Amino acid sequence: MSKNSAVQKRHSVLAADGTRVAGVQSRMEEEFLLEALGWMMKSRLYDQRVIALQRQGQFGVYSPGMGQEASIIGSAMAVDPARDWMVPQYRELMATVHHGLPLEVISAQYLGKIGPARIPEGVKVLPSQVSIAAQLPHATGLAWGLRLRGEDAVVLTYIGEGGSSEGDFHEALNLAGVTQAPVVFFLQNNQWAISTSRRVQSATPSFSLRAAGYGFEGIEVDGNDVMAVYDVVVTAVERARAGGGPTLIEAVTYRMSFHNTTDNPSLYRDPAEYQEALRRDPIERVQKYLAGLGLWDQGREANLTDELRHEIDSALEAAVAAPLPGPSDLFDNIYAHPPERVLRQRAELLDGQV
Amino acid sequence: MPERNIVEAINNALTEEMERDSRVMVLGLDVGKLGGVFRTTTGLVERFGGARVVDTPLAEASIIGASLGLALAGMVPVAEIQFLGFSAQGFHQIGPQLGKYRQRSRGRYHCQVTIRAPFGGGIRSPEFHSDAVEAQFVQTPGIKIVMPSNPYDAKGLLVEAIRDPDPVLFCEPDRLYRVGRSEVPDGAYTVPFGKASLVRKGDQITLVAWSAAVELCLRAAKRLEDEGISASVLDLRTLVPLDLETLCSEVARTGRCVVVHEAPLSAGFGAEVSATLMEQLFYDLDAPVVRVAAYDVPFPAASLEDYYLPSLERVLAAVRKTLEN
Repeated sequence: MSKNSAVQKRHSVLAADGTRVAGVQSRMEEEFLLEALGWMMKSRLYDQRVIALQRQGQFGVYSPGMGQEASIIGSAMAVDPARDWMVPQYRELMATVHHGLPLEVISAQYLGKIGPARIPEGVKVLPSQVSIAAQLPHATGLAWGLRLRGEDAVVLTYIGEGGSSEGDFHEALNLAGVTQAPVVFFLQNNQWAISTSRRVQSATPSFSLRAAGYGFEGIEVDGNDVMAVYDVVVTAVERARAGGGPTLIEAVTYRMSFHNTTDNPSLYRDPAEYQEALRRDPIERVQKYLAGLGLWDQGREANLTDELRHEIDSALEAAVAAPLPGPSDLFDNIYAHPPERVLRQRAELLDGQV
Repeated sequence: MPERNIVEAINNALTEEMERDSRVMVLGLDVGKLGGVFRTTTGLVERFGGARVVDTPLAEASIIGASLGLALAGMVPVAEIQFLGFSAQGFHQIGPQLGKYRQRSRGRYHCQVTIRAPFGGGIRSPEFHSDAVEAQFVQTPGIKIVMPSNPYDAKGLLVEAIRDPDPVLFCEPDRLYRVGRSEVPDGAYTVPFGKASLVRKGDQITLVAWSAAVELCLRAAKRLEDEGISASVLDLRTLVPLDLETLCSEVARTGRCVVVHEAPLSAGFGAEVSATLMEQLFYDLDAPVVRVAAYDVPFPAASLEDYYLPSLERVLAAVRKTLEN
């Protein structure tokens, strides 16, 4: 068997030029697609806004989702915030907002706020995770536990192609296969782990093929095609909910900005490759497609952009206005019953008592 | 009152807690039909079924990481790591994840997870089965570290661990698993964390230990009694939380202290005990605190472990030296 015979077919609905792929149906039709477009635009506008703030020293180190909006939003729209759980890495901020995490709350986290950055009760989102792939065993355990508790819930968790090299990726997917946990592993292959190319990350022709080793289905999808992403994630979520176990989805996309605000891609990224990636912009293709249907034009774009900027600014203002932590926050929320020694340390810091 | 060894006490605690609370589940390698390699989970799968007593794939990080997720789903997982030395393959899921989850979620989530792990030398185990790495976890705040030394404490501390809303690392002294039975009542009781136990009261010196080293210290105290030396043995029971009050008051009473542990000397928990006593009791001490520990070499082959582990002779020599001052 040649290596190439293992290459996955990549699911696609909407081509890069904004035309529909012939003969492929989608469950994300026009009104819903307009909603998706709004969320994708919000994601990009938020990224642009907070990168500008970060450059002025007014926002923390930030990893934008630019270029990956179709993956981020298409996946998030496939789960039900009322009953399903989302277990993020960190680049899919707007997916967690779609799932109910208020934008001012997640913004407050980047501003060093503590209490105001707490995920509200009832919002079924776990904290973003900086330790790569460490969230995946949590997602498997959460999904397994929800099933044991008799809940009708599915867990959607995020990882990158770089994260798939971690041991936790293997362990979490293996355990999910064995337990048939209702979890969807959504792998965004954005081609870069900081400066490390996808080619260095693995010799596999498709990360989705790895699912075969765990006894469940792996699907490859055009991660810049929000309709295709939605369709494959919805199918995986339905299967998980019906007791059919996990799915690994590889969304093939491109990181159109940088790893985070400390990164400089000009040191390692081929400009020609980058220019080529820009032609596959996930937002522009939806706008072109909807314009062709008479559902989108410059006036609507300007109106929605204004509306979203206003919403983003309001959220950022609320996050800025939220109180900064004080020294007692250092000791809060570590233990339900703190050890005596920790209580003494707290008193020492707060009161100058030893 | 029924008598149980440590294996039976742990089995009894697990059985009663699973009976009491349907959210409690046991997972790990070989915990099902085999009943665990030390048989601590014998009979549980027959009694509670395969959904709550789960043989997992051989993968420590996901046993621990999945336990975190199970806890967030509302289960109360008791995970077994077959030997504490193998916790290295799941270390990042213990301190950095379990220990930090309440903090990193700003209190939205907590992890009611118990990790049980046998450890300790003296039973001629293969590599990585014996390492006393408990102090590594003291440097990852958020994890409670429990080190029982006898059957009564093993049950009471395990029940306390399972009911604690925060993660607990429960280290079991495999050398003492079956050395003898003592009174362990039926029915739930707890031994609180952070309460050291004065297992033998003497006047001239305090031997401080935890886990299997307590048994060694008791043997030493008996020998010292024959020589006319009256030694206390203080079992810390838990390293986090540490019972500062009892530690300091007991050592202040005798004025002398030897700390004994199976972990390597440097930066072992004995260093913490010694430094604490220095800070708190400098003027009450009649002699420097002495540590008796394993040497600063990796745990050796079983054929060398008797040279490596703290021996009765080394404890006695340390006591005599301390009393000379």
